[in-house]
Amino acid sequence: MLQNRRYFFYFLFAVTGIVFAVRLFYIQILDDQYKLSAENNVVRIIREFPPRGMVYDRNGKLLVANQVAYDLMVVPQQVKGLDTSSLAFLLEISTDELRGRLKRSRSYSRYKPTAVSRQLMGKMLTHLQEELFRFPGFFIQKRTLRTYPYPLAANVVGSVGEVNEAFIKRNPKYQMGDLVGVSGLEKSYETELRGEAGVKRIMVDVHNREKGSFAQGSYDTAAVPGAVITSTLDFDLQVYGEQLMQGKRGSIVAIEPATGEILALVTSPNFDPNLLVGQQRGNAYAQLLADSISKPLYDRALLAEYPPGSPFKLVNALIGLQTGAITPQSAFSCHHGFHFGSLTVACHCSGGTMALEEGIYKSCNNYFCTTYKRIIEAFPSAHEGMDQWSKMVKSFGLGQYLNNDLPTGRKGFVPDADYFDRAFGNTYWRAVSTISMGIGQGELVVTPVQLANVAAIIGNRGWYITPHIVKEINNQPHPNPRFREKQYTLVDSVHFPVVVEGMYQVFERGTAAGSKLPGLTMCGKTGTAENPHGQDHSIFLAFAPKANPKIAIAIFVENGYWGSRWAAPIASLMMEKYITQQVTRPALEKRMIEGSLEAEYQRQLTNPGPLKKKK
Amino acid sequence: MRENKGIFDNIDWITLGLYLVLVLMGWANIYAAVYSEEHQSITDLSQQYGKQMLFIASSLILGLLVLSIDGRLYDNLAYFLYGLTVVLLVLVLVAGKEVNGARSWFAIGGFTLQPSEFAKFSTALALARFLSTRGVTVLKWKYRWVALALFLVPGLIILPQPDAGSFLVYLAFFFVLFREGLPGIYLWMGFGAIVLFLLSLLLPQMWLLSGIALIAALAIYFNRKKKGFWLGAAAVALVAAGVVTSVDYAFNNLLEDRHRNRINILLGKAHDPKGIGYNTTQSLIAIGSGGFKGKGFKQGTQTKFNFVPEQSTDFIFCTIGEEWGFVGSVVVVGLFVALLSRLVMMAERQKSAFSRIYGYGVISILFIHFFVNIAMALGLAPVIGIPLPFFSYGGSSLWGFTLLLFIFLRLDAYRMQIL
Repeated sequence: MLQNRRYFFYFLFAVTGIVFAVRLFYIQILDDQYKLSAENNVVRIIREFPPRGMVYDRNGKLLVANQVAYDLMVVPQQVKGLDTSSLAFLLEISTDELRGRLKRSRSYSRYKPTAVSRQLMGKMLTHLQEELFRFPGFFIQKRTLRTYPYPLAANVVGSVGEVNEAFIKRNPKYQMGDLVGVSGLEKSYETELRGEAGVKRIMVDVHNREKGSFAQGSYDTAAVPGAVITSTLDFDLQVYGEQLMQGKRGSIVAIEPATGEILALVTSPNFDPNLLVGQQRGNAYAQLLADSISKPLYDRALLAEYPPGSPFKLVNALIGLQTGAITPQSAFSCHHGFHFGSLTVACHCSGGTMALEEGIYKSCNNYFCTTYKRIIEAFPSAHEGMDQWSKMVKSFGLGQYLNNDLPTGRKGFVPDADYFDRAFGNTYWRAVSTISMGIGQGELVVTPVQLANVAAIIGNRGWYITPHIVKEINNQPHPNPRFREKQYTLVDSVHFPVVVEGMYQVFERGTAAGSKLPGLTMCGKTGTAENPHGQDHSIFLAFAPKANPKIAIAIFVENGYWGSRWAAPIASLMMEKYITQQVTRPALEKRMIEGSLEAEYQRQLTNPGPLKKKK
Repeated sequence: MRENKGIFDNIDWITLGLYLVLVLMGWANIYAAVYSEEHQSITDLSQQYGKQMLFIASSLILGLLVLSIDGRLYDNLAYFLYGLTVVLLVLVLVAGKEVNGARSWFAIGGFTLQPSEFAKFSTALALARFLSTRGVTVLKWKYRWVALALFLVPGLIILPQPDAGSFLVYLAFFFVLFREGLPGIYLWMGFGAIVLFLLSLLLPQMWLLSGIALIAALAIYFNRKKKGFWLGAAAVALVAAGVVTSVDYAFNNLLEDRHRNRINILLGKAHDPKGIGYNTTQSLIAIGSGGFKGKGFKQGTQTKFNFVPEQSTDFIFCTIGEEWGFVGSVVVVGLFVALLSRLVMMAERQKSAFSRIYGYGVISILFIHFFVNIAMALGLAPVIGIPLPFFSYGGSSLWGFTLLLFIFLRLDAYRMQIL
């Protein structure tokens, strides 16, 4: 019966239906690979770079900002049918160069986006955006770069660099192409400045054109911008300091004594921080690093360790008063120096018998050698005296890290008894054996920021707040309580006025009389530190005004002969500028700005070694 | 005999209902597949979904027209319509408009017509007319040749358009011959040939030939007592060997590269997801990513963002799979199985041979489209561009399928009037 052949047809349809259903069950329910493939096809994960936090000076002047850049990214796995030559043409690079870059991308990851070309601009960017649909697997990513409105304080603001693979391994929050602070503020406030990256999932069609957000953006997270940082720097003062220091090597550190806020942190020579941005970064950095003579990358204000020289006499005076080794009335006669047996420390003060105040403003070596000897000898043994002295010196923030909020620093060095046991190889040394401590020479070394802190301590009459460079984060006071705590020295505040008076006289009739400014009560101390390479360093430590200091300052001018020649006038100008907002001594200012020590630096290169000794 | 009151008298509402459901689902899926934000209205005539709306409306008018014509007319017009479409098929090769490398369309004003879509129903009519002629039987070779020629001639005319898919459709008429008494052996031979065809593509020729020889030798050995068996067995073995060698030859020498590639991909001999196999890969991704419930109407990313090529025509099933998931896909497959089964039931209740044979013609054509189209989307068959009946975008195909089905509906309604 042919009618029965109908059952063949029913059977055929049933089998077909079942085969289809089974196949559908398999690919739609059992096998997950298609769901992933569909997402891979259509979803592009775009990292939303958070704008890095801006940095302002204490008066709201913008120091560090962002600029927008566009990178061409590639996901090698999604590239198909690439027309290498036309892409290379658009990018204005050679085909071989492009092939090389793509190869590097592939070897990094086939699935993660990597940059093919960075910081595209202008016409190239527009053309590329128009033609992008022809290059599946490529997309343009917006990112921000640092920019510095003023070529200023490169040592303070620091710079950012791109993370490398090793860094990413240690810090999984970062991805290839991310920026990270590598020096200065950028480094020490990386966590605050970084912000949080957001993730945006967008859909693209087969031609790689954007088609809106994936799943209505429910998986997207917004980028959290980095914190706004208000630096303690005073823009005008920093500019002025850098101007004054041009042509000289050295540093200026200015601190607001009441708060420990660093007002200026000048190192010279310096460089334009914009050099270390973007594509040119690598080359510029190599060039700066290669300058091993003037070392522009070396932050002298934080890293250079010098013997403090005469300004250290102030510390000895204070310790002497505290230990009772001297009183303000103690008077010593100077006969061209300090003499003890065969030992002589020469002195260039006018000589005669003088009390403490005069000893300070005349910077008498004899006075402070005697004071130092008396301090050590006030204790039962030279060892005990040495250790007590050392402890008190360290209470001035010397010989140890200040633990400020900049990523670099040096301890300096304050010797103690143990040190001298090792240095002398015996234990029967006496006070006079270490007499150079009395005038801040010898083993003792300090950094400029430490010395500025000493100026602040004296201005505050006995305490300091750890110097720091950041005042506010997101307009809130610095969260670290360390930058609000007063650190007291081991010298009582009653002993300070006489030293302050002596420092005042330095300007009135002492070694810095030439830098005196009527109307502003400035206190200071010149210094001249020996150095084995050439001319002595010119050093000055000061604060002003005398009664309620607004600024404390330390200045080092390398090979600047003596303190009153460079450092004192510069300090005087800086304090005038900061306190009165103007400069009334154009001639002095001009001399300081235009003065250059290049000749001396050149001489050291061709004829190393000391030229002459001067004390 | 009852009076013929209206065009819907005795109409098979189930079939009509299934037709309407499929057509409307198709429209919705075309809308979802090519949907874009700029053209949100489903009636936007600049978009495929807007045009499909016109095609559906005109198809319904066409259907009503078919239903209102006296059923006897189709019997009488069968040869005339057949002749007309064959002439059109020849003409289109000469005067047709080329689209995507295929010369399959007549351009009339702004519209294009694809005569091969209309040749399907006219061939079914002509075949029914011939086989229902008194004294004609497929058991006799002289009639078989005529029947074969009736459907192979249009198929062969279409082949050089090129349109291998449509040629395949015409082969489906073998089912009609089978129902009308063609011995089952031919159908099995057909399946056997397909199996051999696939094996000869998959396995080295020498293995196959040795295998055939071995099986034949064993069969002859075990049946050595049967008189004359060896002769038959040898003949079958020879034919099989002939198929194997000719397939090999045809595959390597006659097929075009694109076909060869498509078959290779399907057989897993060439894995090339971004190249020739791109269509199948993307189609599988679309359907597979639908999951159980699908991504929801208009939410299919594979189809909406054009990852699937021809997503409104040949690959319309991807949209169903992606947006309606396993549930929707099984429902659609089920609707087709239901429609086909219903048509078999209807064909069998016909009193006139003409109606029955035409009914099987309709079934064969719909089945082959349904089978090949979905099997292709599911990666079970090579990429052969033929539409999914009632679903795929396109005026000619919708009109063609509507005519095909509605003529049968008319014949079915008319069956009561035949004593």
